[in-house]
Amino acid sequence: MHRAKYESGGAQLLLVLWSTLTATVAGSKLRHDSVAQRRAVPWKLLSEEKPVQIPAPFDYVRASSVDNALALLDRHGAESRVVAGGHSLLPMMKLRLARPDWLIDINDLYELDYLLVDGPVLRIGAMTRHTTLLQSGDVRRLFPIICDAERVIADPIVRNRGTIGGSLCQADPAEDLSTVCHVLEAVAVVRGPAGERMLSMAEFHRGPYETAVAQNELLIEVRVPIRAGSSSAYEKVERRVGDWAVAAAGASVTLGADGTISEVAVGLTAVGLERNVTEVEAVLVGQTPDETLFVEAGRLAALACDPLADQRGPIDYKRHLADELTRRVLRVACSRAAASVSDITI
Amino acid sequence: MQISMTINGTDVTREIEPRVLLVHFIRDDLRLTGTHWGCDTSNCGTCVVLMDGQPVKSCTVLAAMADGHTITTVEGLANGTTLDPVQQGFMEEHGLQCGFCTPGMMLTARALLDYNPHPEPLEIREAISGQICRCTGYATIVRSIQWAAEHPAGAAPETTTSESTEHEVHA
Repeated sequence: MHRAKYESGGAQLLLVLWSTLTATVAGSKLRHDSVAQRRAVPWKLLSEEKPVQIPAPFDYVRASSVDNALALLDRHGAESRVVAGGHSLLPMMKLRLARPDWLIDINDLYELDYLLVDGPVLRIGAMTRHTTLLQSGDVRRLFPIICDAERVIADPIVRNRGTIGGSLCQADPAEDLSTVCHVLEAVAVVRGPAGERMLSMAEFHRGPYETAVAQNELLIEVRVPIRAGSSSAYEKVERRVGDWAVAAAGASVTLGADGTISEVAVGLTAVGLERNVTEVEAVLVGQTPDETLFVEAGRLAALACDPLADQRGPIDYKRHLADELTRRVLRVACSRAAASVSDITI
Repeated sequence: MQISMTINGTDVTREIEPRVLLVHFIRDDLRLTGTHWGCDTSNCGTCVVLMDGQPVKSCTVLAAMADGHTITTVEGLANGTTLDPVQQGFMEEHGLQCGFCTPGMMLTARALLDYNPHPEPLEIREAISGQICRCTGYATIVRSIQWAAEHPAGAAPETTTSESTEHEVHA
């Protein structure tokens, strides 16, 4: 099945390749283990014909502004790639899963590193690091789902480099922020030579590893609408810190003045569903939050998802997680929304 | 291409290929072999260095991306012959067995304590959760970092630095 290689977030594929490659590299290191040799041409010794843990040659250029980055993308065309945190692209380049001729480094674009509450919208610059999102008081107050997710994205050190824009553009099927942005009905602002486009997540996120961002465009901002009486939650099951999700779920809930659910969105990660679980809306909207509703929503989520068996677990286990995690995030999102209704007015 | 960076307080300029990873630049071009090269997949964290004070996994950062930035490796932790409290803590609490993860662990600890001088044990565990100790000696690593938090001025400066030990090994 073609989708099989996507399901585990590429990580499984990477790991299989990796174990082969590291064996090769270990072998070549053993042949050159004299200190003198290693000093002479250490990493260059690794033979060019074999796939090794060094990216293939490329030219590197640092963009100085968004316009400069767009000009560079235009100039270098299809063989150029943008690098932000690099924690997806560089491993892919080591494995020759990506082999750009030009690498355009946008880490100097501090103009895209911001969090701004702008009226009814939280504006997040594409170069905002995961660590910044995790530590933001505004984010925690307005969208606890983002903090819940950020806390379990990779590990704290990787989060120092990784960016929201990089995560969304990589669009890994086991990537958490795509689900979060679907659930929050975020809008992606994409800039290209012809100007800016505003894309809903459904338009932006086309599927595993595929977004609507064209070769000559750059995701520059994510806009998250702020709703009164709303809150959210995310929960992931992973085998260990830094691993991809076995499964994860996110929910956003808006409560009306009477305490009933006026809006709800549930999304799932890593279980083969690249959209929100719209099936739960009919069950939940207009109802007062209650455990039997969550159980029914969990059942619907488990039915809606389409997981594949892999090293992270069999299908029935992943469906069970979709069910259980949907219940949990709805429970937490509803209780947080109820607290926010009684505590603050936005 | 030519890159320049400040590494452990010293400005260095070198000609490199753009594809050189920061870990190889540090180890092979600068011969600072205290930074270890482990999994090469940003999982194990033994290659952690501080980039502008923040821990990063140097196997997944290009040397070119560090151009213009400030890097601290384990060789830069001690102040002359005075160990950093984190290094002292690893001695006091037996924070290392084989020592392979130690450079990365200590740099993450330094960054944690710079940001949060009084971390809870859980915060310490979270801070090092992206790093693997292949001896599984996590309990003593956590205690070592706690020791450093409790002794911000370190201990009496009479021990030799890990820097000199490191150089002896590779001399």
